[in-house]
Amino acid sequence: MDNIVLEAVSINKYFYDPVKFRVLSDISFKIEHGEFVSVAGKSGCGKSTLLYILSTMDTDYEGELYLHGEALHQKTANDLARIRNEKIGFVFQFHYLIEEFNVLKNVMLPGLKLAKHSRPELESRALNHLKRLDVADQALKMPHQLSGGQKQRVAIARAMINDPLVIMGDEPTGNLDKKNSDLVFAIFRELCQDKKQSLLIVTHDTDFALRTNRTIQMEDGKILS
Amino acid sequence: MPASLSLKIALSLLRARLGQTVVAAAGVTFGIAMFIALVSFMTGLNKLLDGLILNRIPHIRLYQEIKPSPVQPVDLSKKYRRHQNFIRSIKPRDRGREIRNSQLIMRAIQADPQVVDVAPKLVTQVFYTTGTIELGGVMDGIVPAAEENLFRLSDYVITGNLNDLTTVANSIIIGKGIADKMLVEPGDIIQVSTGMGQQALLKVVGIVQFGIAEIDNIQSYTALSTAQKIQGKPPAYITDIQVKLKDITQAPAIGLEYAKLFRLEAMDLQKANTQFETGSNIRSIISYAVGVTLLIVAGFGIYNILNMLIYEKMDAIAILKATGFSGRDVRFIFISLSLIIGIAGGILGLGLGYVLSVIINHIPFQIESLPTIQTYPVNFNPLYYFIGISFALITTYIAGFFPARKASKVDPVVIIRGK
Ligand SMILES: Nc1ncnc2c1ncn2[C@@H]1O[C@H](COP(=O)(O)OP(=O)(O)OP(=O)(O)O)[C@@H](O)[C@H]1O
Ligand SMILES: [Mg+2]
Repeated sequence: MDNIVLEAVSINKYFYDPVKFRVLSDISFKIEHGEFVSVAGKSGCGKSTLLYILSTMDTDYEGELYLHGEALHQKTANDLARIRNEKIGFVFQFHYLIEEFNVLKNVMLPGLKLAKHSRPELESRALNHLKRLDVADQALKMPHQLSGGQKQRVAIARAMINDPLVIMGDEPTGNLDKKNSDLVFAIFRELCQDKKQSLLIVTHDTDFALRTNRTIQMEDGKILS
Repeated sequence: MPASLSLKIALSLLRARLGQTVVAAAGVTFGIAMFIALVSFMTGLNKLLDGLILNRIPHIRLYQEIKPSPVQPVDLSKKYRRHQNFIRSIKPRDRGREIRNSQLIMRAIQADPQVVDVAPKLVTQVFYTTGTIELGGVMDGIVPAAEENLFRLSDYVITGNLNDLTTVANSIIIGKGIADKMLVEPGDIIQVSTGMGQQALLKVVGIVQFGIAEIDNIQSYTALSTAQKIQGKPPAYITDIQVKLKDITQAPAIGLEYAKLFRLEAMDLQKANTQFETGSNIRSIISYAVGVTLLIVAGFGIYNILNMLIYEKMDAIAILKATGFSGRDVRFIFISLSLIIGIAGGILGLGLGYVLSVIINHIPFQIESLPTIQTYPVNFNPLYYFIGISFALITTYIAGFFPARKASKVDPVVIIRGK
């Protein structure tokens, strides 16, 4: 079990508005340490919904969820925020950076919140990540001065700053052109191989899905394979 | 979360909305400044007006009053004990208004540690005469030094010198109203006659003005010894003992105690002046109300701006929450944001309030009846600055509290989905 990073046990979720509707039915799966897993399926099948639950942002579900053996489904909102900060990295489709901070500060922010490392230490870690993602030269720019691909790489750097157990992404390449999405994929690949980083990425892109270790196929809120 | 981090986040959010932040802070600044200026000015004015009356009144005045004997002979009869008795065979006997044993009583009071000073007074009803004019009035025989200690009488002596009463024999200081009516000035001689028919020629050495016409038209002062001489009374003859206390609020209690102890009547300041208290209270209430209203309006301004800021910064809030900031952290950020506006605006407001007070304090304000006042009175009391800043902080905290709570409840999933 030590090797299991994330485990979902029969997760069910309903939406009640406008009518009661079962979005997720009996979702169960495990992700092992260092695995690069993709979640694929038709639009509207519940991929994002599942990912929000796995990332602890959505707590309105039935079932059990374990992160490295730690039960998440019973935690309070404050505990979950702490766990999210320390153990989960998240990359969005739209490269959500905070407009008021420069790139470096954006990357450092979750680390500053965690306060495990000192500020200079965090700064050098952030710069290392940015360098690895080939955007170190953008460190002092503001987010609006970056291209879409650059922003997404900055967001990945931010997801990595606290050395999370797992990085999750909701269509992180969905908004990028072929060249940039290949680049982002390559980065994930590299993270997985070099740093044994576990990854769980939702994607539309069958090409992308095929290149990962494993693909979880979803349809109508159920896992096919 | 380190507090410095949330402060930094708050500051950078504010910087993005600098214009509105400045307007919000200006609202607080204006509110506090007006509050301070208004309250300082109002209480300054209150003090002045109260002083006009209160400074002239001793904390406790002891005197002898003519009153009927409370026990009539018929009351002593056992037979009529349970009856309603209305036979009053002992009439009030005029023992004069003299305070007996005055020297002893004064010495005893002076020795009381609660007392700052005592002053004797001999009040006499008189007529002032020059030529054919005759005016009724009251002449107080006083010990100038003691009177000065109790009432700062020299402040009101507009021409001449209070001490001349002791140095110049048979001298008198008369009220401005009397001087104006009788066309006398220092150096002139006026004739004073008492109700008992004694007469004396006194030299005017000064003119006194309290700013209250009824008093300035009748009041005059002479040395105690002169007053006693005119009436042919011994040096111990006085009618009033005036007492100044360390703690003015003790006046009624101590007055009562003295009255019992010395078998005299006691009039304390509070009893004499209830109506002035209410007047100044109302003025204070009005100025507090206006100041507080201004601050509340400023609070609404902050509330609006924070609300707007939250709608604008939904994305940032969602990111913060998605990356592990808790609702509490977010709330703390927005409350700090509000308090930054409050503190910055508040401190500027204290400065501006002080400047306004100083300006008011320099506006000339000279009226005939207030010889000691040159400019508008302002009460520079640190308490008002303290109240101002506290209220500003409380208002901004409350103004920030509800938007901050809203921000803390933002559901990142909803925002992220919404994109
Ligand atoms: N807040 C909501 N209330 C009601 N229904 C919702 C809500 N959010 C999503 N849904 C529905 O739940 C289903 C799953 O949505 P979800 O966003 O998870 O799909 P998805 O697989 O991520 O699709 P896509 O690939 O297009 O992003 C959809 O049918 C959607 O209409
Ligand atoms: Mg989706």
